[in-house]
Amino acid sequence: MFQTFSFYHVGFLAQAATWTLLLSMIALVSGGLFGAIVALARVSPFAPLRWITSAYIYVVQGTPLLVLLFLAYFGVALAGYDVPALVAAAFAFTIYAAAFLAEIWRGCIEAIGTGQWEGAKALGLSWSRTMRLVIVPQAMRLAVPPTVGFFVQLVKNTALASVIGFVELTRAGQIVANSTFQPLSVYLTVGAMYFVICSILSFVSRQLDARITVNAASTAAH
Amino acid sequence: MFYLDFSGAFARWGVFMHGGVFTIILAIIATLLGSLIGVVGAAARMSAFAPARLAAFGYVEIIRNTPFLIQIYVIYFGLPAVGFRLEPWPAAIIALSLYAGAYITEIVRAGVGSVAKGQVEAARTLGLSPYLTFRLVILRPALAAVYPALTSQFILIMLASSIVSTISIPELTGVANDVQGLTFRSFEAFLLVAAIYLVLTAAFKGAFAAIDRVAFAFRHVGR
Repeated sequence: MFQTFSFYHVGFLAQAATWTLLLSMIALVSGGLFGAIVALARVSPFAPLRWITSAYIYVVQGTPLLVLLFLAYFGVALAGYDVPALVAAAFAFTIYAAAFLAEIWRGCIEAIGTGQWEGAKALGLSWSRTMRLVIVPQAMRLAVPPTVGFFVQLVKNTALASVIGFVELTRAGQIVANSTFQPLSVYLTVGAMYFVICSILSFVSRQLDARITVNAASTAAH
Repeated sequence: MFYLDFSGAFARWGVFMHGGVFTIILAIIATLLGSLIGVVGAAARMSAFAPARLAAFGYVEIIRNTPFLIQIYVIYFGLPAVGFRLEPWPAAIIALSLYAGAYITEIVRAGVGSVAKGQVEAARTLGLSPYLTFRLVILRPALAAVYPALTSQFILIMLASSIVSTISIPELTGVANDVQGLTFRSFEAFLLVAAIYLVLTAAFKGAFAAIDRVAFAFRHVGR
């Protein structure tokens, strides 16, 4: 016989939510590492690097994430490997996050005034030293709020990993909904769990953004 | 052995065309209905009536902080529990429009806020009628201000519409799902569909840029 939606199920969902957070963290860290390289290549003085990376960003941003997930899942299987859903999901989310983070971080790098570039040039610094010592440290400060904001997108989008069978919060919700025949209560509970995680992150992002805006305003006033 | 075989997918090109048309139709309907919701939502968010402000704020926050997949599950699988059963197509359109509406609410709010109060006062001083003031001084600059955000929102909605394939809507991604079942060439089916999405994205981006140059030419003066 079927069961009713109970506290026991909420515990199961909460457990699955940790997989959602874990997958989001994997995407943020590996996507961030790859994205940093892409962002630097995107602003590098070497034109072919800029073309390749902008094509990569264009392709990823012009394709639905769901299709990227399917491509990762079936693509690796085609190469003859039996892939666990977590590996395929982590791979797809890395590709996805790297493209978006690279674009966000490029904006932060370009927001650093040309005066900084000219100053570094006048000091005789090479491109890589200018980047490492002058531009990136300043850009990193600007990058924190939008990066936290993008993490909200990541957490929400990991829901799609359920479609390739990875048991995170949404897939756990499907399982509970199918066994209890109470889809409304289950999906509302799942939605509330996402809402709590994402609202906290959105709030943090806004707070950080406001702090940077205030800082910029007070610096400009001086 | 690793090889690609597109013959099965290419043989069903008509199916993909249908899927592409459904994707475009979904995106257009959701953007239009979403814009309607967005105008009402923005008005509510800026109204003096606190409950309206609160309701609009709650709507925007709930949609923006939960996955679209869950939103569509609540509407399609959840609502029948309270006696509200929807067919896949209405469910998809309602979910996608509500999703679009939340983002467009914020875009419209920013657009209206971008028209400076002094502009309206100046127009009045010049003796422009309220209608002309609205059309030339408020509406056109406001549209020009929101146009880039609105058109990129259209692209995002088009990509998000892939998710309604999970309730068996035969748009592009749904079609790829069907074709992979028929041809047993999953990777090729999704590779082809990814390419079609890219072509659609590029075509719409190009068209939007062309419209921008004609309709909002005043923005480019002196550049």
